[in-house]
Amino acid sequence: MAEERINAEQVAHVAGLAKLEFTPDQLETFTGQLEKIIGMFEELSQVDTEGIPVTSRVTDRHNALREDVAVKSDERAALLANAPETANGLIKVPAIIDESGDGE
Amino acid sequence: MNFETTIGLEVHVELKTNSKIFSPSPVQFGAESNANTNVIDWGYPGVLPTANKGVVEAGIKAATALHAEIEHETYFDRKNYFYPDNPKAYQITQHEKPIAHDGWIEIEVDGQKKKVGIEEMHIEEDAGKNTHENDYSYVDLNRQGTPLIEIVSKPEINSPAEAYAYCEALRQRIQFTGVSDVKMEEGSMRVDVNISIRPAGSDKFGVKTEMKNLNSFTYVKKSLEFEEQRQQRVLMSGGQVQQETRRFDEVSGQTILMRVKEGSDDYRYFPEPDVPAVSISDDWIKTVQKTIPEMPGSRRDRYVNEFGLTAYDAGVLTQTKEMSDFFDATVKEGADPKLTSNYLQGDVNAFLNENKVDLQDTKLTPTNLAGMIKMISDETISSKIAKKVFKAIMQGTEPVKWVNDKGLIQLSDPAKLQPIIDNVLDNNQQSIDDFKNGKDRAIGFLVGQIMKQTHGQANPKVVNKLLMTSLKAR
Repeated sequence: MAEERINAEQVAHVAGLAKLEFTPDQLETFTGQLEKIIGMFEELSQVDTEGIPVTSRVTDRHNALREDVAVKSDERAALLANAPETANGLIKVPAIIDESGDGE
Repeated sequence: MNFETTIGLEVHVELKTNSKIFSPSPVQFGAESNANTNVIDWGYPGVLPTANKGVVEAGIKAATALHAEIEHETYFDRKNYFYPDNPKAYQITQHEKPIAHDGWIEIEVDGQKKKVGIEEMHIEEDAGKNTHENDYSYVDLNRQGTPLIEIVSKPEINSPAEAYAYCEALRQRIQFTGVSDVKMEEGSMRVDVNISIRPAGSDKFGVKTEMKNLNSFTYVKKSLEFEEQRQQRVLMSGGQVQQETRRFDEVSGQTILMRVKEGSDDYRYFPEPDVPAVSISDDWIKTVQKTIPEMPGSRRDRYVNEFGLTAYDAGVLTQTKEMSDFFDATVKEGADPKLTSNYLQGDVNAFLNENKVDLQDTKLTPTNLAGMIKMISDETISSKIAKKVFKAIMQGTEPVKWVNDKGLIQLSDPAKLQPIIDNVLDNNQQSIDDFKNGKDRAIGFLVGQIMKQTHGQANPKVVNKLLMTSLKAR
């Protein structure tokens, strides 16, 4: 087998970031699968990209901008109806301790 | 041991646009919870976030005010993190190609001027707002998608006093561009700070600690002062400063450990695929720059050179854009600049402090203030009557008509004043005798009597002149 492309520790880290919990068996399965997927992507590295600027997006559209005009959706009730639980027009969720302290 | 302090600031400023950065929902403070939201703000699948031209233009204005270089090809990135105030589980921000970089602002501490560099300035979306109660959190997404600019300083701030001055200077410059209200109390300006110390002369930065979301510039200064001392104590006792996030406790004035940072945050940034890149041409920049209001420095020069105000007065008048705009508008209406400056800094300011309101929340208009000041200048009203007129214009009353209706016009006509003076003198022989005996106080008494007879409307200058002549003639 070629050199290790991803290990169980990295998979567990990414799973943690996505708030997912895996059993050791699952971790092993996914690590193997991801190993293969990344391997497939590696075929792309055969393409000669010398002198080609980094592509950060696939459309060549620029400046798809909107004028600064406010439009009120009037969909408050419908949007809130899709929330699992609400209270006084607020979305009610299990308590969160602000450990991120971020969000900006 | 001597230490050098290095401080960095990240300042978030909420932009005062009509609509959000990627959705047309209104940007509005204090609306009914979740009323200003749509499917884009809720992060529904399949929606098409579209960048707001007004936000890019606000970015150009702010960047210009910060003397920053504007990026001609800028784009957005996705910053991934889970939190209920952020329904998409990512924030659209700028990481690789922020709209502007390498700027500076000038600060002043104890009369010493210094340029502080700006590393970069980017535009991004704000998150919603969480409130916590019992075992639940409650989410209001009205703020989700509100446009922000984040301004990151270079590590060139070397004391808490400089950090305070930087906040002041930044707030003032941004405010004068008109892109934000920059009000700490309404959350339209939020400050994160980081600080490290190192032995004097060392070329390596020390380990830094962070404090987020400080509520006021004073807390910025106090928390940094505490942290500077704390880090010195740690190093002096042979310990090591931990990289950590601390919270400033406003009551005790201390910083308290929140969490130790383990490695750098893992936000897995990548170019935002839903929002096309933005090209900013020189022409566009020029067009936008033409709409930027005059900056405070230029206004101060104008006040001193054109209007003959003192540097101090010019400084006070340019503390806020609204005060400076009000001053300009009043002078434009024909009011004397010096008198206008005195009124704004004196009676108007006292009124604002007493009632704890901002200038734009009062009923005072530049036209009415100018109306009153013009009447003072041409002696239509006395300074005593002006006190009454001032109360009236603070209630939104048009002063010229009001003065006429109330019959408060100053009496300056000698033909009308002379009989009154003669009458007062006829009835106060004692005072005349006193005056002749060199008791100058008698004059004050007589002027008082004349004022009383004219209900305070007599022109004091004319009265004095006529009175002296009449007294000497007796």
